Amino acid sequence: MREYSAYTLLKNALAGNRDWKPAWRKPDPKASYDVVIIGGGGHGLSTAYYLAKEHGITNVAVLEKGYLGSGNVGRNTTAVRSNYLLPENHRFYEHSMDLWENLSHDLNYNVMFSQRGCLNLAHTPGQLDEYVRRGNALRHSGIDSELMTVEQIKRLVPALDVSASARFPVIGGVMQWSAGTARHDAVAWGYARGADRRGVDVIENCEVTGFLRDGDRVTGVTTTRGEIRAKKVAIAVAGSTGRVMKLVGIDEMPIESQVLQAFVSESLKPILDTVLTFGMGHFYVGQSDKGGLIYGGALDGYNSYAQRGSLPLVEEVHSEMLALFPGLASVRVLRSWGGLCDMSMDGSPIITTGPLPGMYLNCGWCYGGFKATPASGWCFAWTIAKDEPHPLNAPFTLDRFHRGAIIDDKGQGATPNLH
Amino acid sequence: MIITCPYCGPRDSSEFVYREEGGRIRPDQASTDQAAWNAYVYDRVNTAGEHDEIWQHSGGCRAHLRIVRNTVTHRIVSVAFARDHGRPHERRKAETPA
Repeated sequence: MREYSAYTLLKNALAGNRDWKPAWRKPDPKASYDVVIIGGGGHGLSTAYYLAKEHGITNVAVLEKGYLGSGNVGRNTTAVRSNYLLPENHRFYEHSMDLWENLSHDLNYNVMFSQRGCLNLAHTPGQLDEYVRRGNALRHSGIDSELMTVEQIKRLVPALDVSASARFPVIGGVMQWSAGTARHDAVAWGYARGADRRGVDVIENCEVTGFLRDGDRVTGVTTTRGEIRAKKVAIAVAGSTGRVMKLVGIDEMPIESQVLQAFVSESLKPILDTVLTFGMGHFYVGQSDKGGLIYGGALDGYNSYAQRGSLPLVEEVHSEMLALFPGLASVRVLRSWGGLCDMSMDGSPIITTGPLPGMYLNCGWCYGGFKATPASGWCFAWTIAKDEPHPLNAPFTLDRFHRGAIIDDKGQGATPNLH
Repeated sequence: MIITCPYCGPRDSSEFVYREEGGRIRPDQASTDQAAWNAYVYDRVNTAGEHDEIWQHSGGCRAHLRIVRNTVTHRIVSVAFARDHGRPHERRKAETPA
């Protein structure tokens, strides 16, 4: 299925570009499917793609309440990395990295995956020690990690203030060279097209309003476009998890929905060819191929379903950026966005069967879901197809909180503000 | 977002810290009910709409406040002292010898 190639590009250019097919159809929902996936974001679409590709299950619908890519998948800071501390996360995110590395070829769609590295700056000796520990843990799992000196950092990011007079002087950092960025919209579009071409119905403007039940068993959904029956109903709705779970009668989850803001600056000449994170606050920044700086900070700090952020955080994020890059003081902000994040109580995700029969749940991505998109869909598809988790997502159960088997990468206990 | 503190009056939300959901009641310290403790520590109602919550005016009078706030519109519905709403404060008071 090499729909896009140099040959087809040339052929269509000469033919006046009249023969391109839309990247996905606009089908009306059928009365029933084998699998209905709620949520047409990155995770829902990649789940549909891998269900079709890896498991041959093509009688599938993806229901999206808005237009495709209108949620977090189209509005994140596009960073892809696997530099976690714990082995469960190493295995899962490294599988994601493997899929990322071949994703453009696999999808025949350029997701512009660029392994430009991700550098965490250290500002205190204690922080540097913690980075050494995490770096060693990564290398034990076969993931690259390199400690960097201030001189190396200065050469890599000349615009960064590494002077001793900086507000928080940089004393080193840890680099994952295989990390990087990808074009987020292309990821959504590529998975949607890949799923569509294999027979999956991607249905936009179709909001789930309730669930069909037969006793405990979930047998389908009611939507703004009618009833849809399904043998299996999969939920991948990120920050809306609480709302959707209430529709099926589950009122409490180990999740809080909070808002995270992201910002894009006007286009600049290239000044930053890696992803950089600030260690004394919460701030991360990369530069897109168009030249815009894409950056973000911490959560607003309280529950929210508002999809818009608060002004104090806007000020904090920009003060953090200027602490690192004083030279950017006159750069203008192009746009910002507040996305709903499903903050789990240990900072790790949930990909599981249940909690009701006929139902499958994918949530708890905190604000790191984008990098997980390929592995999340791959594992979720496995879980749906085989009715049991793949070993990679077996630790990410919903009941781990009640079994004392939490995956607390930061070692901070039950706090819904981790990532 | 402006929160009207009963002591200090209307103040910017950046003076306040969100603490937790308001309706959750800690099991008795002597309780060995594992399910109740797990639910208390990990489970959240996470309402979309009017949400009962505890904040602290950490950049002001430091009082703990019981706030009902709409999580979709960010409208503050009511603000009161958390101590007027009973447990666990109520229990502590009851246990303090006169």
